[in-house]
Amino acid sequence: MSEVPPNLNHSPMTRAQVVDAYFMEHRARLLDVAAFLDRIDRAGPGTDDFRMTAYRGAIALLLDGQPQRTRRMLELLSDPSTTPIAAAHVKGATGAHDPIGKAH
Amino acid sequence: MYIDPHVHMVSRSTDDYVHMARAGCVAITEPAFWAGYDRSSPQGFFDYFRQLTESEPRRAAQYGIRHHTWLCINPKEAEDPVFAREVIALIPDFLKKENVLGIGEIGLNKNSRNEMEILEAHLQLASDHNLLVLVHTPHLEDKLKGTLLILDAIRRFPKLDPGRVLIDHVEEHTAKHVLDRGFWCGMTLYPDTKCTPQRAVDIIETYGSERIWMNSAGDWGHSDPIAVPKAQMEMRRRGHLESLVRQVTFGNPQRFLSQSGRFSAEPLRPTAPDITR
Repeated sequence: MSEVPPNLNHSPMTRAQVVDAYFMEHRARLLDVAAFLDRIDRAGPGTDDFRMTAYRGAIALLLDGQPQRTRRMLELLSDPSTTPIAAAHVKGATGAHDPIGKAH
Repeated sequence: MYIDPHVHMVSRSTDDYVHMARAGCVAITEPAFWAGYDRSSPQGFFDYFRQLTESEPRRAAQYGIRHHTWLCINPKEAEDPVFAREVIALIPDFLKKENVLGIGEIGLNKNSRNEMEILEAHLQLASDHNLLVLVHTPHLEDKLKGTLLILDAIRRFPKLDPGRVLIDHVEEHTAKHVLDRGFWCGMTLYPDTKCTPQRAVDIIETYGSERIWMNSAGDWGHSDPIAVPKAQMEMRRRGHLESLVRQVTFGNPQRFLSQSGRFSAEPLRPTAPDITR
């Protein structure tokens, strides 16, 4: 087994260069997130399904001040079980783990 | 210049070949995959394997692109093990075709027991014939669990060298698991559901450039057959050295694929259409 070499976590850009290059693009994406949540509010009464519960948890993760947000967000959205399921009744995926299994 | 080591050209137009060639694509590899519907008979796979080994290489050659392929029954059609084994039985005869690099894209989709049984049948075939393996990892919420199940399954075949197995569609939560076990990993550049070019470059900055490549996995769904040159542009935008750009988009796939003894990225003069066909 070979190990990934350490100390690889490096960008050739400075912090200021990253902000200069990507701020506007990610300002727009942040507004898309806000607009998506506003759209749900406008759609009338109802409750979040498992996807939106996971989505709101992912947003909270962004603000926890800890590193490796992308990896941790993907883990948050993942099926945590470790053994094969009995049978596949659908082919597609929903983007978030359904803890009560209705989507599978 | 670049190699797209995972793209489903049977689902793409000739315009895509033109755009890829103009963007510098010199060679591609095309794994067998799900057509968007379940095929009704093993004969349907026989015809598909002929398309991958006979007609698609001719189509690619018209644009100066070398075409190679991988054969299997995709995990999305593995829920019926009897049917899947009939398809697997067709594969050995096609292994003689000169553009076949190995078995792929095998793997798991929903991480079911039947999918695992058929994954193991493919791994046995690869082990018996000493073939390269290209592995599909599941989508979205199923990826992490499926990747770990797949890595454990491959470990049960000691004749399969991890250096001859590529685990595809890795993301931030699976790349290290794959690399730490000595496998190669592929990052698929998709608009929504896998890595964007930006995130793929982030993964290279985080985990390094050894045993890693990028592909478009362009198919009949929302995908971009010129995603790899877009990732090259992203690397240049950040100031990465041209040698690194070339390594991850040409040198690395060439190194892995050349283990088959059948891969070539040598310049190919575009051929005229065969009007007799």
